[in-house]
Order: sequence, then structure tokens, then C-alpha cells
Amino acid sequence: MIEPLSIGKIEQEIIDDFSLFDNWEEKYEYIIDMGKKLPPLDDIHKKEENIIKGCQSTVWLVAEQKDGRIYFKADSDAVIVKGLISLLIRVLSGQTATDILETKLDFINKIGMMQHLAQTRSNGLLSMIKQMKHYALAFNTVAS
Amino acid sequence: MEAVKEKIQAYNVTALRNKFPVLNVKVNRHPLVYLDNAATTQKPESVIKALESYYKNYNANIHRGIHHLAEKATVAFEETRTEVQKFLNAAHREEIILTKGTTESINLVASSWGRKNLKENDEVIISTMEHHSNIVPWQLICEEKKAKLKVIPISDEGELDLEAFRSLLSPKTKMVSVVHVSNSLGTINPVEEIIEMAHAAGAVVLIDGAQSTAHLKIDVARMNCDFFALSAHKVYGPTGVGVLYGKKEILEEMPPYQGGGEMIGEVKFEKTTYNELPYKFEAGTPNIAGVIAFREALFFLNANNHTLIHEHEQRLLEYATKKISSVDGIRLIGTAKSKIGVISFLLNGAHPQDVGVLLDQQGIAVRTGHHCTQPLMTRLGIPGTVRASLAMYNTHEEIDLLTEALLKAKKMLL
Repeated sequence: MIEPLSIGKIEQEIIDDFSLFDNWEEKYEYIIDMGKKLPPLDDIHKKEENIIKGCQSTVWLVAEQKDGRIYFKADSDAVIVKGLISLLIRVLSGQTATDILETKLDFINKIGMMQHLAQTRSNGLLSMIKQMKHYALAFNTVAS
Repeated sequence: MEAVKEKIQAYNVTALRNKFPVLNVKVNRHPLVYLDNAATTQKPESVIKALESYYKNYNANIHRGIHHLAEKATVAFEETRTEVQKFLNAAHREEIILTKGTTESINLVASSWGRKNLKENDEVIISTMEHHSNIVPWQLICEEKKAKLKVIPISDEGELDLEAFRSLLSPKTKMVSVVHVSNSLGTINPVEEIIEMAHAAGAVVLIDGAQSTAHLKIDVARMNCDFFALSAHKVYGPTGVGVLYGKKEILEEMPPYQGGGEMIGEVKFEKTTYNELPYKFEAGTPNIAGVIAFREALFFLNANNHTLIHEHEQRLLEYATKKISSVDGIRLIGTAKSKIGVISFLLNGAHPQDVGVLLDQQGIAVRTGHHCTQPLMTRLGIPGTVRASLAMYNTHEEIDLLTEALLKAKKMLL
């Protein structure tokens, strides 16, 4: 089995991708495209307990553990949020609980998307990262 | 046509804009287009200067000090009360209670008036288009008193159903609390008619004026409302300052809202007596700087011809409505006959938040979401809207920029 790339390496890949964009249009077009390409979550997962509430957009998140690694699936009704979710899944899905808990996700700042994590209630993204770490913590506790 | 041209020339929007420093900032390398005025308006230089001057030159606590600074601050603070009285055309200056904002003003009435006057099976009437701050305070007191909350329905266009209102009124109705202008739709409600109908049924009326005060001439005497609530920050003044106007005879009968300093006559452990109006309702040290600077905002409004402002905003509303609805796939939300400059809309196939994010990238500030009117959004069957809200300093060019930015957002999203 091939060892998946580390969180740091995937983050660097994303930062490199984003450095190619000359303007905000290209950057957002890419994120929107990512959002559209993220496979929609099956309706059975779109239930109340999987909702991460933002004030405006809704995010659904599910997680499972397999062979010591955590896999995430998520969806949102807003496409830009969904694009950012797709980046988070690319970085965190398939990693170990310890690595997920330790990462600071610096890439978000480096690709200029920090404003989407501002402490406002407008989107569920910050809560989503917290929830991903909670899952990691829970799986970690169960494992030990 | 000539007359219209003359009026446009008489309204010097460039000179007006120069008085608002923040309108010169750039956002994401674009000149700011500020269309979130229903959330808060920008502040003219004179208001900002008054805030600074208080802290620099005469910062002191008010009302009980005997020293020079305290005296100066007290006089300035009380001058705002007098100015508000004139601005609203209230009969007495003690009818003006200075609060933190509309939310606190409504909570004050619901809590103090409600506690004293509501009993089991009494009814409070609000409307479908209320802001949460004119819903939740009434729910709290109704729950406590086992009173009932009744809701005036609206049409699909966003107008109150007055016939339905008439049938809700009964001897059980003790309070009617409705919004003057809807923050989500811009609808101007026929408050004078509502007040007359409510009074005929023996009810007391509160008008939530948060969205109307900056755009319509307010005359509480003519309106004959019993309470009127407003926020300074939506009227070109500072945040953290609001007004509750109340008829003197009603305010006098109401128990204090909060206990503390300022509101007392004499405090003894056996029994405390309360200060007279308006201080009975002003416990604790208020936002002194904000109140003082609010007077400058009222001067600013008075210095500009009210009719010209209103006509300018109405012209802009008409223009913006036409331009925005010309974009394919746009659905306007709120098409009442009588509106202020609020254009709420949806772009088919796009989430309002996505539209808002892409407009922001182009320097355009709008608001997206349910605008703190969730029951209204539920009634209209939508999760929220994109809302552009206008003020006296907005221009036709800004509407053009909004339309172009909207077309770009649409192209990127769909």
C-alpha cells in the first residue's frame, strides 16, 4: 500500500497551485470548480446530526475510521464553501488522528482564504474544521 | 424632464460623499461601493470629530459631578435629548429615553410595560415581517405572563394584510408592535392607519423605527404612536446609542427596567424610591461619547434638505430595481408599492452567500442571509436573500457597478 502524502506536503501542493493564479477571478473560479466537482453527499447522510450550522450556509460532515486513518465526506449548499471544503478534505481525509489534531492548516492563510474563517457566523467553515478535529480526537481516544 | 434635471443638480451627492471619510477607502483594490446601509450607515466627519473631542477635551461622568468637565459633559449629553425631542417632534423632553439601540428600547417596553400590563390570555400583535428584536422580547414576556402572540400576515409582495389585522384586533389586544419599514424588504407600512385601528381597539402601539428614521420624516405627534424605537447607528450616528420615545403618561406608570445608579431617588435597604423620567429608565453610565456625537448626526440630517434626500433615494431605488431586475435569472423579493431603498433579490441557481462573496471581491458591500427575519423568510419560502440597501450618499454609478459585478458573479457561479 502506498503511504499517502503528509498533510504538510498536500498543503504545499495547494499553495503551489494557488501561486499560479494571477487574479481573484482565477482563484475563485478554481474554488467554484472544486466545489462543483466535490461528489454530493448521499441524502442519507444529510440528516440533522451531521449538520454544521453556519448562519447562512449549511455544511454536512461525516467521518469514518479505517486502518488507523480517518476519512471525511462533506457537502454544502453554497458552492464557494463547498470548494473550500473540498480543499480541506484533500488535506485531511486519509490522515491519522494524531496528524489531524496537530495540523494548524496554515495553507488557508497562505492561499489568501483566511477571511472565510473569520469569527463570524456567516459560514460553517470554522466549525467544520473544529468538528473534523473533534472526530480525530474521538477516534484517537477510542483507539487508545 | 427639466424639473427633474434641476433637482438632480440641486442634490450635490459628491459634496455629500466628501463628508464621509470611509467612502474613500478601497476594498480588494476596488473603490468601496457601500450598499449595506440597512445594517449600519457610514458616519460623517462631524460625528467622528464629536466622539474624539469628548474623549480629548471633556471626558467625565455625567449628572452628579460638580466639577467643570462633568458639567460640560452633562450639558452636551442633555442637549442630544433636546435635539432628539425636536427631531421626533415629541411633546416633552422627558419622553426621550436614551438606550443602547432599538433592541434595548423594545426590550425595555416588553419587560417594563409588559410586566405591569399583560396578564393571562391578553394578546400582543406583531407582524410577519418583524426583525427578531421585535419578536423575541414579546415571546419572552408573553411566555412569562401566559399572554398570546398574534401575527399579522403579509402578501407575496411583502405588504401587511390590514383586513387580517382588523380581524385580529379585539378587547384582548393590549399591545401592537410593528415595524415602520421592513429591513429585509424595504416595505413602508401604513403605521398611521395601524395606530388608529389599534387605538380604536384600546391597544397601545410601539413602532420599530430602526429602518425608517434615516429615510422618512418622523413625527411622533402626528403619528400618534405610544412608543417609537430607533438606533443612532442607522441614522449616521454612532453604534451603541438608541432612543425610546414614549408618551409621558404611559412611561410614568411603568416600573423601572434595570436597577442601578442614575435611576434612583433615594436608596434605603428597606425601600428605594426611583428617579423621575427619563432617568428612571437610564440605569448606569451610558454611552456618553456616542450620545453626544449622535447630536451631530441629527444636525447633519437637518442641514440637508429632507425632501431632496428622499427624492434622491427614491430615484435610486427605481433605477436600481430596473437595473437589477434586468439581469436574467434575478428574482426580486419584496415588491411593495411603497418602499425605501432596499433591493432584496435572489439569483436563480446560486446561494445568496456565494453571490455576496463574489460581490465583496469586487469592492461591493451587500448583506446576504435571513437578515434576522427568519419567520419572514419561512413565509416567503426562501433561505435568505442578497440585500442592497441605499443611503443618501449612494449614486447611480454605484448601481451600475453593482449590476456589472452581479453579471460577473453570475458568470462565475452558473
